[in-house]
Amino acid sequence: MKAFTTLTGRVVPLDKANVDTDQIIPKQFLKSIRRTGFGDNLFDGWRYLDEGDPSKTPNERQINPDFVLNAPRYQGACVLLARENFGCGSSREHAVWALEEFGLRVVLAPSFADIFFSNCFKNGVLPIVLENKTIDLLFEIEAAGEGLDVTVDLAEQVITMPSGETLGFEVDSFRKRCLLEGLDDIGVTLTDAQAIRDFEAAHRQRAPWLFANTG
Amino acid sequence: MAGRTLYDKLWDAHLVKQRDDGTALIYIDRHLLHEVTSPQAFEGLRLAGRRPWRVDANIATPDHNVPTVKRSEGLAGITDPISRIQVETLDDNCRDFGILEFAILDPRQGIVHVVGPEQGATLPGMTVVCGDSHTSTHGAFAALAHGIGTSEVEHVLASQCLIQRKARNMRIVADGHLPRGVTAKDLALAIIGRIGTAGGTGYTLEFSGEAVRGLSMEGRMTLCNMAIEAGARSGMVAFDEVTLEYVRGRPFAPKGALFEQAAAAWRDLVSDSDAVFDAEVHLDASSLEPQVTWGTSPEMVVSINGIVPDLDAAENAGQRQGWESAMRYMGLEPGRRIRDIGVDRVFIGSCTNSRIEDLRAAAAVVRGRKVADSVLQAMVVPGSGPVKQQAEAEGLHEVFLAAGFEWRDPGCSMCLAMNADRLGAGEHCASTSNRNFEGRQGHGGRTHLVSPEMAAAAAVAGHFMDVREMLEVTQGGVA
Ligand code: SF4
Repeated sequence: MKAFTTLTGRVVPLDKANVDTDQIIPKQFLKSIRRTGFGDNLFDGWRYLDEGDPSKTPNERQINPDFVLNAPRYQGACVLLARENFGCGSSREHAVWALEEFGLRVVLAPSFADIFFSNCFKNGVLPIVLENKTIDLLFEIEAAGEGLDVTVDLAEQVITMPSGETLGFEVDSFRKRCLLEGLDDIGVTLTDAQAIRDFEAAHRQRAPWLFANTG
Repeated sequence: MAGRTLYDKLWDAHLVKQRDDGTALIYIDRHLLHEVTSPQAFEGLRLAGRRPWRVDANIATPDHNVPTVKRSEGLAGITDPISRIQVETLDDNCRDFGILEFAILDPRQGIVHVVGPEQGATLPGMTVVCGDSHTSTHGAFAALAHGIGTSEVEHVLASQCLIQRKARNMRIVADGHLPRGVTAKDLALAIIGRIGTAGGTGYTLEFSGEAVRGLSMEGRMTLCNMAIEAGARSGMVAFDEVTLEYVRGRPFAPKGALFEQAAAAWRDLVSDSDAVFDAEVHLDASSLEPQVTWGTSPEMVVSINGIVPDLDAAENAGQRQGWESAMRYMGLEPGRRIRDIGVDRVFIGSCTNSRIEDLRAAAAVVRGRKVADSVLQAMVVPGSGPVKQQAEAEGLHEVFLAAGFEWRDPGCSMCLAMNADRLGAGEHCASTSNRNFEGRQGHGGRTHLVSPEMAAAAAVAGHFMDVREMLEVTQGGVA
């Protein structure tokens, strides 16, 4: 996995609650058997005016000029500012692959859906939960200026504003380590292979019917 | 020491290792796979030179991309080449790694969340995961079941474990009995209407109370299926006789003495009477009415006798904005009576409501009636091969066909429109599925979530109507 340490860049505001994974990456793009190629279809239904399908390239599409991600000042943005319950809906990891490939590697929101939240950490994307009033304030500051650039430092767990002011954030220590070091968490789990085998043997004793796959 | 909740018990029984950093390794008993979220996981496994930890814990079936017509053509019947490659890739991966698959032509094929329980591959007390958020369905069996992402699919394949943090406990108590014509689906929608789509985030839900105890396993699956729409990864219902009788005799269920031994252990799969929940919600089930969603989130729901809400009723600016944008998308205005919303298509199916009981209930409403002329299409998509077979043995397909419904082959179908079944822009659909998100059933499509009975009633009336009025007319005459 790609490591995440610090990131400096433009914030793009998406002022909408309950953004679901069907919006982040619509289902017609889930047919791919690869992990890449989703960035062009991030927020497809909002970014483009015509209906997308996997055979069309972005050049053939009708851009929706009113969608925030398409505004010139947000080109190259890497921090998404969002509202409550971001990433709700399906478990599709394609949603995170699309964000990552597009270049959005940090999402700031007051809350996230559980599965989306954990999918982010597996793909070098950092979801940060901030209090509602902090998120409100960020939306205000962003709207008042010509473009807001921030620095996110995972090791220190701080976001630095252009004014030099800093905002602290919480992050799970295991997930933080995986992100910082770009760790393969399967590898980490398999260092406990013996513990898993021991558990499995005892589990089989206790509940042998769970191991009788006889359909 | 205080008693433990059902969730606490399931967690404890699968805890391989508690780590210092607060995470835990949890052992997974059953891993279900489908074609959409697994290819990248198998690829990852290959790249790392890993093998599945325990092959016999895995069962796969294609469901999202399979066409629901001309099934006998098998893979060749999938007209979209990209879809076909995805289904073929599942076949190849299962063959290469020795995983049992109910492939497209297998009589047991179906929607993964219908197939698991039906085959007895989902058992009480299990941990069940699948790269699909509606894995919460299997919690109906007093199992700990939840959706995972593709990286976690790979993690489970490689290690039989997941890295987890324990969630909090929430109990939802539905007191009283559901009235006639009001179903598990209505209960699920009413709960989501009450606590919101993020209300269960960070919690494991236990559904309890008289109304839940009174549900069949099919009804409990419908309820747990929708736990994810309330923000909870898992929902569950305690074990009882209803669970036991459903499991008995299923192909993958234990037999004979082993079954008796399992049954004795399963009796403990209930929350202790002194267990403490972090949150509790009470609901009076006896006063519920059939529910219909009007917006683009399952929480935007009212009773059939309700109206699209007034914007001033929103609790805050954010909700008001959400409502406004949903109304714009749905082509509805505040104050519109739900009954006056016309229906262009009707979809009875999905892992929420495609089991035999759902089809029986819908057929009972449709029997002797016709789909309204104004309805472009009404379709019934059984959840699995065995459901289809059972329905045909009971003659339900004839009831549907005579009324003007299409009778399809099993799959996810119009629930998410990854195959050919979908809504046109602007069309309203009475759907028994679980998500009414923008574009979910087709670009610009407008989904209204309802029970199978309510979908059937809407098909007949051409607009939403209270199915209880139809049930009164046919009382005594229904199957
Ligand atoms: S029926 Fe719908 S919700 Fe269920 S697994 Fe299929 S696509 Fe997902």
